[in-house]
Amino acid sequence: MNRIQADVVIIGSGAGGGTIAQALAPLTADGRKVLVLEQGARLRDDEYTGVESEMARALYEDSGGFLTEQGTLTLAFGRTYGGSTAVYTGTSLIAPERVIRGWDVPDLDHDDIARRCRNFAAQNHVHLLPDDEINDNNRLFELGCRRIGLEAEQFPVNLNGCRGSSLCNLGCPNAAKMGTDRVQLPAAETAGVEVVTRAEALRIEERAVIARVSRPLDGEKGLPSAWEPGEYRIEASAVVVAGGAVGSPALLLRSGFGRLLPRLGEGFTCHPAFILVGEHEERITNDVGHPKSFYLDRAQEEGYVLETCMYFPFITAKNLTGFGPDHSALMKAFPRLQMILVLACDRAVPGNRVSVSGKGVTRVHYEFTPEVRSSLARATVMAARIFFAAGAVRVHAPLASPPLLTRGQADQLDQRISADEFLPGRTSVSAAHLMGGCAMGRTPEDSVTDAWGRVHGVPWLRIGDSSLFPDSLEINPYLTIMALADRTAEALMADSADLFDS
Amino acid sequence: MSVSLGVVRDPFRALCIAFVPESAELNEPGWRELECEVERALADRPTSMQKQMVLLIRILDLLARVRHGNPLAALTPAARREILTRLQDSRWLLLRRGVWGLRTLAFLGYYSRPDTAASIGYRADARGWEARR
Repeated sequence: MNRIQADVVIIGSGAGGGTIAQALAPLTADGRKVLVLEQGARLRDDEYTGVESEMARALYEDSGGFLTEQGTLTLAFGRTYGGSTAVYTGTSLIAPERVIRGWDVPDLDHDDIARRCRNFAAQNHVHLLPDDEINDNNRLFELGCRRIGLEAEQFPVNLNGCRGSSLCNLGCPNAAKMGTDRVQLPAAETAGVEVVTRAEALRIEERAVIARVSRPLDGEKGLPSAWEPGEYRIEASAVVVAGGAVGSPALLLRSGFGRLLPRLGEGFTCHPAFILVGEHEERITNDVGHPKSFYLDRAQEEGYVLETCMYFPFITAKNLTGFGPDHSALMKAFPRLQMILVLACDRAVPGNRVSVSGKGVTRVHYEFTPEVRSSLARATVMAARIFFAAGAVRVHAPLASPPLLTRGQADQLDQRISADEFLPGRTSVSAAHLMGGCAMGRTPEDSVTDAWGRVHGVPWLRIGDSSLFPDSLEINPYLTIMALADRTAEALMADSADLFDS
Repeated sequence: MSVSLGVVRDPFRALCIAFVPESAELNEPGWRELECEVERALADRPTSMQKQMVLLIRILDLLARVRHGNPLAALTPAARREILTRLQDSRWLLLRRGVWGLRTLAFLGYYSRPDTAASIGYRADARGWEARR
């Protein structure tokens, strides 16, 4: 086994790991070695083709279809340089004050989170798209909301030089999305941080990480790793885990920390979501322009959020209920389709958690609570109202029976759409806002870390990603992840004298 | 292990046509393109899942013989859909999951094809607005 000495090893390069890498980069000026291990590959700019199947394979874990243990929910998360920041749409919101207060974590207050979020928003060029760059799919959502007396809000997005490819979720082909792959990681590398791709952290030992570096498979996208293929033991004064809400708890469980931390892996939430489509009589612009410009936040009142979205042929087909001629007819109407994503604001509940099998395989357990099913049904009714108000002639609603609703049925939505139609395994549900598993809190009995990502009882081990969330965030999480990761880095810097001398 | 759909080719194609009626119009290279995509996706999954998928296709073919006296490939697409719909609405999660998995694979194979994207009018382009103006 190869042996490497470092001062800090960061596992993961997404919103959490990339942020920490940049924040710790000044250590390299003092001769400290800071390493980032990323399981995925670093792609050349010309490898972002926008071709659905090949980009999904190159950028996502399990091509974006990681199945839960129950087999009723797929999870999408990035596995590439920049993690999920390479494949999200760049929506950049600050967490609501009531959510942070509700988390009830001592020494964590909303003002601090909001301040850090504003800093990263400025760093990542977050702004509102001008009106002339907003496509019909988004305009119709805003119009539909307005016509039923609701006000859609515009998403601030972290774009710089967006050409409107609509391909954000397949990695921007124009390098216009300011994720950690475009901002924080390059800055860290310029300052002297070393990022090693294709390096999977297998387990953590006392002040050490065991990792395996792989070579590219034949025909696989991405550059080879800077390190030779093989197994490595990387010894370090501090280890920061930022592998995401699935990867981080799984790695710690695989490394035996579950004995010390009984809450490890618990409290997994994910904003389970599905899409509705509305069919218009005329073509609309939907597969050109930024796909996600507006949202309707009903989290506090009704436990859901609606967002504009536009997906690619396979993902769209998969997310529509049913199959056969009706399904095909809807797919053939693609140029006339308006799309809305409904997300339920789920709660951390016992049983929804990350675990590992006896062989170390990562498992995610997730059951849909009655509250989630009700939220999705209410959200479906609201989305259908918006579609019809915007002029759609037909709406495909997963919780309606049958799922196709015509304009003549617009006044029967409450009767036609029901949570009773939610049938796990039949209703296609996916999630991309993965949270929890290494929750912040007070003690090992109620959490895994303190409010600064310090793992209880293990001073050299830190967490810096969305696994820290003690409960659902109820909005798109990326800026909040960066804020928490920034706090983790700040605490590590404050403790560095003790860490590096011990 | 990487699974080959060759061992269940006829029932698999019959199921694809039930899920996506337009797939009946594919020529042999088109089918191979679809099947390669599915085989590639399955190759990334655990061996146990690959075996379960093949087993499920065989069970569905057997079910068709028992209920209708003919294999899936000899049934009309409507008859195949009737079988799949019953299973999709079943009270047994395992059956619902199985149909969901098969339909996902059929959609992956069919809708990942560039020809299909063009045929449904999907026109996303890296040049974005510039390509439309």
